[in-house]
Amino acid sequence: MVEILNIFIMLMLVITALAMVSSRHLFVTVMLSGIFSLLIAASFLLLDAADVALTEAAVGAGISTVLFLGALALMDVEETTRGVRRIRMVSLIVVAVTTIFIVHATFYMPAFGDINAPIHQHVAPWYIQHVPIHMDIPNIVTGILGSYRGYDTLGEVFVVFTAGIGVLSILGDPIKNRQHRPAHNRGLRHYLIPRLVGRMLIPFIILFGLYVQFHGEYSPGGGFQAGALVAAAIILYALLEGEDKALQVIPMRVLYIMMASGALLYGGVGVAALLMGGNFLDYSVLASTPVAGQQWGILLIEMGVGLTVTGVLITIFHAFAARSNL
Amino acid sequence: MLWVELYHYWVFAILLMIGLFGVIAKRNLVKKLVGLSLFQSAVFLFYITMGKVDGGTAPIVGMTDSTDVFSNPLPQVLILTAIVVGISTTALGLSIVVRIKEAYGSIEEDVIHEKDRAE
Amino acid sequence: MNLIEHLPVLQVILPLLSAPFCILMRGHMLAWAIAVVASGAAFAVSLSAASIVADGATLTYAVGGWAAPYGIALEVDAFSALMTMIISGASLLALIAGMASIRQQLPEEKQSLFFAAWLLAMAGLLGISVAADAFNIFVFMEISSLASYVIIAAGPHRKALGAVFKYLAMGTIGATFYLIGVGLIYLMTGTLNLDDIALRVANVSDPHPVLLAAGFITIGLALKAAVFPLHVWMPAAYNYAPHVVSAFIAACATKVSLYVLFRFDFTVFQPNLSGHEFQFGHFMMPLALIGILFGAIVAALAKDLKRLLAWSSVSQIGYIVLGASMTSEAGMTSAIIHMFNHALAKGGGFLIAMGAALYYTTTRFSNLAGLGKEHPWLSGAFVVIGCSLIGVPGTAGFISKWMLVNAALEQGGLGIFIIAVVVFSSLLAVIYVWKVVELFYFEPRPEGASSNAVVVKTPEKLLFMMVVMLVAAANVWFGIFPGEPLALASQAASMLTGGAL
Repeated sequence: MVEILNIFIMLMLVITALAMVSSRHLFVTVMLSGIFSLLIAASFLLLDAADVALTEAAVGAGISTVLFLGALALMDVEETTRGVRRIRMVSLIVVAVTTIFIVHATFYMPAFGDINAPIHQHVAPWYIQHVPIHMDIPNIVTGILGSYRGYDTLGEVFVVFTAGIGVLSILGDPIKNRQHRPAHNRGLRHYLIPRLVGRMLIPFIILFGLYVQFHGEYSPGGGFQAGALVAAAIILYALLEGEDKALQVIPMRVLYIMMASGALLYGGVGVAALLMGGNFLDYSVLASTPVAGQQWGILLIEMGVGLTVTGVLITIFHAFAARSNL
Repeated sequence: MLWVELYHYWVFAILLMIGLFGVIAKRNLVKKLVGLSLFQSAVFLFYITMGKVDGGTAPIVGMTDSTDVFSNPLPQVLILTAIVVGISTTALGLSIVVRIKEAYGSIEEDVIHEKDRAE
Repeated sequence: MNLIEHLPVLQVILPLLSAPFCILMRGHMLAWAIAVVASGAAFAVSLSAASIVADGATLTYAVGGWAAPYGIALEVDAFSALMTMIISGASLLALIAGMASIRQQLPEEKQSLFFAAWLLAMAGLLGISVAADAFNIFVFMEISSLASYVIIAAGPHRKALGAVFKYLAMGTIGATFYLIGVGLIYLMTGTLNLDDIALRVANVSDPHPVLLAAGFITIGLALKAAVFPLHVWMPAAYNYAPHVVSAFIAACATKVSLYVLFRFDFTVFQPNLSGHEFQFGHFMMPLALIGILFGAIVAALAKDLKRLLAWSSVSQIGYIVLGASMTSEAGMTSAIIHMFNHALAKGGGFLIAMGAALYYTTTRFSNLAGLGKEHPWLSGAFVVIGCSLIGVPGTAGFISKWMLVNAALEQGGLGIFIIAVVVFSSLLAVIYVWKVVELFYFEPRPEGASSNAVVVKTPEKLLFMMVVMLVAAANVWFGIFPGEPLALASQAASMLTGGAL
């Protein structure tokens, strides 16, 4: 039964992808890519990746779609040129050859789901066995993400931070850009029903975000997903009440501090461990027992992740919104 | 039943190639970015697929009664990071496209080349 | 706390954690100071690490206290030490020399963001150089790439935007190809640690997926390293970036991708896949040879100093790949020493382009004639650096050419052909360097040519000239006394070709 559902979703994925690339209307393409993200999130869920599914839904279908729509508001939505025939032919050949190579290699790969495949033998069982011992938390993904591979996650936070300052540097400071525009952006203030419903939703989204933040050790979730949710709530507020209001609630200066302090909190936990005699990011030395230290460490770095992600996503939204003539 | 064991990987290959085609062949910059994120999503699917274990559950201890078999948590961790990298790239790419639109009045690569040449 | 023990991680986190402070501190001069101090600290760390690993030792570090392969390991050996020295040294010198140029090209309010992105780019490159984990390399590759897009996009010309978009699209394809390769390897071996992969890849059930992985990793990294014919993003990106960014990025960015490619191929694939040396050599060598000639020819036709230098990079990257494609210890030594020498020459070349733009607004040839009379020191430095690009005896460039020719002689009949190509492309290099020298010294300053684009303050000018003279002198010094870098390079080459199990 699950297998049939799986095949169905896979087929839908391929069809959506084809439609995305072939549609001439960019608005359609962007909406289809949102649907694609939801579909692929569903297939992640079927493949037992709950954390990844939650993230893909929040990022791919949510944040990414909002960004694309924000950018499309500034440009033509029709694709006007079809491109050079020669380039399309060359691309087709490149693509076909690569596909043949990949499909050929799949015949020599371990079968899907085979528990005896080498991938499930070496490092993975060690993690499943040791997360309960070292950290005493139920979500193994959080344990690996926060501690065993915490250095990757530090890198991830800095990737997000780079994107934040990058968009600011490329598009310019939202406050300065807004000064050049007539202040007729009042959001949906004149539409009573969406505004009321929206305002009622915001506290619940933030609450859910906080739950995802602090419950990430027990259930799917963590700083990144929480950050995306809280940012979504603020962006919703900005859409309803106008960006000026949103910038009054959380000014740019605060956003700068959020972006930087989240990254610094994460790095600071690592340096603290270093100063207390451990290796960088070795949370075990942070508290009286190693297990408690690990739990504290993961809690703190997840907060750092949440802070930076929230700050960066809201900043990026403002940077795009301030450029638009809406 | 060979194809049942392998069709996940084939779907990965097809999606990857649709995305790659979008990046290389399309001349519209937004379209290129959509192709790029499709290309990356295909790789996410590849990683998650290879982490799946038959009869396994999500790697959270105590969620279900049968706690003996978990799917592989490591690919999931890697892809969480990769998704974040993907959205960061998309955001940067879009902001560059916005600036290109302002500087050239178009987001079609051919038009931009023409204007560059005319300079 | 024993600092020596923590050197590998300090190498990365010093610049990485300094970046957020740049945007917290308002005031661009403070941000500049933070960037300089962080680069200096990273350079000091790399020097002390290099002194430890020069005799073949390896510094390893378990981040988070988790031993490999379960945790992420960092490793500094001779090769990584050389890379970290190039990266942090290039950053430090470019930042010190670039004060006036940054003021000329970037609005003040954007500068603190710019320096933060600069530090992130450097930290990303350093992170790649010390990583011993295949996925960790991807993460830091993305930090450095995204930050590089940001600092290149800060270029004042609108063409910078198109160049960055192309770089972003191709860079992301490259990184994703690498990610696919890593995924395939993980699928077949169950591990991500490089040393562990090297051990386990020999016992995989079937080599086909590993071969596919080798293909994806090679092509992905070659894309990021701008190896011919995948270089198409590079000349425009270097050309339209702010001058100070060109000097920094051209000195180190593509070389770090080559570093990863060599480490992966020589320690993971070649010892464990039969016949892979042959495949790697015969795939890369023709590309390298064509790239060497093609880059030099386009450079000889250029009408802009930065464009000339960028295309010369396509050619010079070819030399590095050529050395490696011989898959011998001598060939690898020449490749690695050329990474160092080319960083000196090309970084210096872009510094001079920066100086020319400071005085004459643009780097177009039509505007640079007569520079030799008005700014004799600057053009004198160019002559020295140009000689190093050509490979004139007594300069650093000669050492790499000499090593390359020696390595080619080991190859028998093929070697003669290789040497012929190298000699011919050196002649092309003479042509493109001479074009600039002629322009500087033998053509009169055109009537009404714009000059003195920006008021250069005396301390800025002193620092700039000091750095340029230092780099020019280093090009001579390491041509006469190549001892230290050559020792590191041959140590690295012997570890890659022989020592790797």
